[in-house]
Amino acid sequence: MAAALCPCRAVLARRGGALRALCGSVRGLAAGPETHFGFQTVTEAERREKIYQVFESVAKKYDVMNDSMTLGIHRVWKDILVHKMNPSPGTLLLDVAGGTGDIAFRFINYVRSVRERQLQRKLKHHQNLSWQEISESYQEDKSKSLGDSQVVVCDINKEMLKVGKQKAQHLGYSEGLSWVLGNAEELPFDDDMFDVYTIAFGIRNVTRIDLALQEAYRVLKPGGRFLCLEFSHVSNPLLSRLYDLYSFQVIPVLGEVIAGDWKSYQYLVESIRRFPPQEELKAMIEDAGFFKVDYQNLNSGIVAIHSGFKL
Amino acid sequence: RGGEEEKEEEEEEEEGCYRLYPGHIPTSPLQKALLAAGSAFMALYDPYRHDMVAVLGETTGCLALPNLRDKMKHHPEGYRILQERPRIRLSTLDMARLRGLPDGTLGREYVRFLEDNKVSPDTRMPPKFVDDEELAYVIQRYREVHDLMHTLLGMPTNMLGEVVVKWFEAIQTGLPMCVLGAAFGPVRLSTRKLQVLATELVPWAIRSGRNASCILNVYYEQRWEQPVESLREEIGIFPPP
Repeated sequence: MAAALCPCRAVLARRGGALRALCGSVRGLAAGPETHFGFQTVTEAERREKIYQVFESVAKKYDVMNDSMTLGIHRVWKDILVHKMNPSPGTLLLDVAGGTGDIAFRFINYVRSVRERQLQRKLKHHQNLSWQEISESYQEDKSKSLGDSQVVVCDINKEMLKVGKQKAQHLGYSEGLSWVLGNAEELPFDDDMFDVYTIAFGIRNVTRIDLALQEAYRVLKPGGRFLCLEFSHVSNPLLSRLYDLYSFQVIPVLGEVIAGDWKSYQYLVESIRRFPPQEELKAMIEDAGFFKVDYQNLNSGIVAIHSGFKL
Repeated sequence: RGGEEEKEEEEEEEEGCYRLYPGHIPTSPLQKALLAAGSAFMALYDPYRHDMVAVLGETTGCLALPNLRDKMKHHPEGYRILQERPRIRLSTLDMARLRGLPDGTLGREYVRFLEDNKVSPDTRMPPKFVDDEELAYVIQRYREVHDLMHTLLGMPTNMLGEVVVKWFEAIQTGLPMCVLGAAFGPVRLSTRKLQVLATELVPWAIRSGRNASCILNVYYEQRWEQPVESLREEIGIFPPP
């Protein structure tokens, strides 16, 4: 015990580690079950707090970092997600953990272009109408450029929503877009409300994935679709080694150089490794009550899109 | 005792991931290389990223820092600094007392410098990527003493002044970051300033740097009352042009 009181720094440092472990387990008894934050073990309450802080700190550089880390490929992944969704005008979408609005904007663009094609087709059929009748039909359709489609962006983090709203203003998105502060584990929406529920690169940060999936099931209409875009597991051993090397060696460095924040990006790559692989996530989605659950690997499993239906 | 020993062994197994000081982020050689390259680029691209200059210093200092530490160890005042580990921070400085000192003293001129240039000693980045606890202190000391360098050299915090101080520091410390800063800093200066720099300021900075004893071996906190000119003479810095 005398050794523990020794002022020598090196010894104290080692003791500190043992003490921390002891305190950790005492805290655990008080503050809830244990879970992980990247490769660390923390309580659920601590994890939520730490993740909130991560996104608060990265919010402003989120988009720049995404482009740098994935060399712009994340845009393609998100495009594929929205194409898979294939929304028609009139669809009501809930984008959870939608923070900076990437999915919401793509949804709006997609629906707008579908709507335009619809209108063009309608016009072709009206070629025998008079000029006056055609211009009158323009007036009606102008107010429905989105065709009653709506997207609600829900995120737990105020900073991310702030960045999203600024982006929307900057890019000129206003119609059919709503921003709501909410927790994926306890959504502030009524049952059977939405046609589609998406969560892109968000479910990994949720502390209780099972609760988030249950909430997704609850708020979807019968016939509604659940879509999840998330980093997943690479089974090819060579690619996996290269991916690990890139993730652990390069990404935190990019985080430090571009965003001045090593630790958040260290958390990001660790959290990807901790996330359940494709089959396990599929089972969890089925457990929540979804049917026809399936997944599609993108880039050999670096990213996967899981899909399920509420029937 | 057995239990404690076991725990110690556990800690030692994790030695690679263990933090040597608060804020320490252990990095692999590849990461250090990438950081050095990335921070060098970013520091030039965006001169307001002072954190990148700091990171560059840490990742490239593996030869210069032990050198500096040894210089400190073999000097009585430097040795004391390494033992006592003084920190220059607003919380440790008695600003009122320093302001009250007569004009021309180190303390008075230092406070004047801070106020004129609207800087504070608390904005210095703590080290993250230095893999030795003592060397981390050495680089921290170097950062905290930087403002005193400005005071002793009589240089303001504009681009020109910073470049001059970097030349001086490059000669004194041999830190690659200082050398790079001294070499590339002038890129952003106008031709007129470059002329002044090249003809007067840099030669003076080099002469002073070579002549002066190691600036990290001065216990500045015990010399607030000493007149700046006397301290300059003592260290070996020539009067500024």
